[in-house]
Amino acid sequence: MAALAFALGYLYCNAVQNLEARRIASGFAFLWREAGFEISETTFHAFSAADSYLHALAAGLANTFRVAVSGIVFATVLGTLLGLARLSPNWLLARLAAAYVELVRNVPLLVQLFFWYTVISDSLPAPAAALQPLPDVFLSNRGIFFPLPGDAPVLAGFNFTGGASLTPEFAALLIGLVTYTAAFIAEIVRAGILSVPRGQVEAARSLGLGERGTLRFVVLPLALRLIVPPMTSQYLNLAKNSSLAVAIGYPDLVSIANTTMNQTGQSIEGIAVIMGVFLTISLSISALMNGYNRRVALKGMAR
Amino acid sequence: MKWLRANLFSSWPSALATLAILGLAGRLLPPFLDWAVVDAVWRAADPRACREAHGACWAFIAEKHRFILFGTYPFEQQWRPALATALLILLWVFSSLKKSWNWRLPAVWAAGLAAIGVLMWGGVLGLPYVENERWGGLILTLILATFGIATAFPLSILLALGRRSAMPAVRWISVAYIELIRGVPLISLLFMASVMLPLFLPSGVTMDKLLRAQVAMILFAAAYLAEVVRGGLQSVARHQEETADALGLSWWNRMRLVILPQALRAAIPPLVNTFIGFFKDTSLVVIIGLFDLLSTVKVSLQDPAWSGYGVEAYLFVSAVYFVFCNAMSRYSRGLERGPAHGAQPRLLGES
Repeated sequence: MAALAFALGYLYCNAVQNLEARRIASGFAFLWREAGFEISETTFHAFSAADSYLHALAAGLANTFRVAVSGIVFATVLGTLLGLARLSPNWLLARLAAAYVELVRNVPLLVQLFFWYTVISDSLPAPAAALQPLPDVFLSNRGIFFPLPGDAPVLAGFNFTGGASLTPEFAALLIGLVTYTAAFIAEIVRAGILSVPRGQVEAARSLGLGERGTLRFVVLPLALRLIVPPMTSQYLNLAKNSSLAVAIGYPDLVSIANTTMNQTGQSIEGIAVIMGVFLTISLSISALMNGYNRRVALKGMAR
Repeated sequence: MKWLRANLFSSWPSALATLAILGLAGRLLPPFLDWAVVDAVWRAADPRACREAHGACWAFIAEKHRFILFGTYPFEQQWRPALATALLILLWVFSSLKKSWNWRLPAVWAAGLAAIGVLMWGGVLGLPYVENERWGGLILTLILATFGIATAFPLSILLALGRRSAMPAVRWISVAYIELIRGVPLISLLFMASVMLPLFLPSGVTMDKLLRAQVAMILFAAAYLAEVVRGGLQSVARHQEETADALGLSWWNRMRLVILPQALRAAIPPLVNTFIGFFKDTSLVVIIGLFDLLSTVKVSLQDPAWSGYGVEAYLFVSAVYFVFCNAMSRYSRGLERGPAHGAQPRLLGES
């Protein structure tokens, strides 16, 4: 104990000396200074270079939330479909889903992000020659454009206007996170469904429950108990993995904190902000999922 | 025919799915094969040959493979990292065999790592010295992963035991450490190592970048491995420890002779899965500017003569990572399926 306290004290003294030598004022006062850099895309509010660092970090946090929340939704849907496909009686479908899971799980997420970013920004055509897989949906190296009700994207000059769009950075990050996490979710869903004993299903059928009723009242409640805890850690992983945005230039919290650290030299504070935010996210997601888990747990088995 | 009916056309939805998959494959596969094989350029001394072709430019990989695999290591000395890579892979294969799980294993590792150190650094036996700033490519990825796991593993055992300790202070420190590290992204730890760690060292003392990144990777891996080890510890029946206690064994001997051998053996499959995750995570060092496998590929892409072949390049790196990770995951599945329970009674006698 004493040794640990001594070591921490020693590191603290070193840090104070070094900060003095480099003329870095410690503390969070820098948050209210003017940031002086632009952010390529924001989620809710506009941001300009004249705003404060605090404002910039908030914009980054909003961007992190945008990609994490949409990632979690899409990954859950895709992962569940893949998990069901792996259990399909159709040999081709099951093998295809298995191959997908095996392929995606064994390649680092960062490589996949670089791959998707290259595919979008290098391999897709310019807006003038954009691919159009569906009416009014355009894939181009300037991003993905899709229509909103009553508002379709139109080519104007060198880019599209109208409709809604995803920037190449956001699209690459979202596709990468969703396809990667879905592979893990598929395995969790599959294991959860396989865990339901056959006898339970047969008993439900003999009680006269239909296909849907069996799924709704017997299989899902039993499977969910097993699925929820590992699913929680996948959601947490997705949120943490969204920090890889910094590698492909999507302005999430980590990438803006990184810019801030480079500009101000306030590395201890910058890292404290990143860690504080992610710890808060982690703890809140686990608290939320624990609450949900208690609801789906068998009565009397809740822990 | 019977097989077809049972597995592909058992019901209407199944038949529709089969037809949809075949239809999609019919539309997507031929263009992909054209790109990847038929129209691809495999060898070209001149990048112009690639510019004229419509297919993939695998010649880019052929042209840059030495740099991608070995980074900026002196060109005429590159047989050394090649040999070191082979040696490291052999060490892993050797340790994966159940036959070699005995007291000789640590000795083999010590000798192997020493040999790799001599090969990579040189400076003895007539090998010219190569500073580790010039190490790069596949061997750097393997070294980061290997040293990371080798150091983090003992640390994680201490953390896992600490988390179950009867002493509240030890328990709380272990829990706080594990939860803190697991709650934040690896990239924040790497930033910490690259920009914050230098602030905590006394002035005049510097640590090189590779070592700092390695420290961050070790701290990260230890927290995750600790949770896996804890799972293994929980699987050991309570009476095992009570019996050992009743026999008068001290705490260290109880752990060393009775609890850990059983706990670790139970934890091997999830441990291998954590190793896979860790191996993939070493790719993050590209963000703080180390020359691992992913980084050398990114640098190769910056050559203006060969720019624009990112898809080929990343497919190639993916293939390399896939070979390693897939081998590990097959191994872990083999262990899970293997006669683990049959081997259990021999356990105590062996260790």
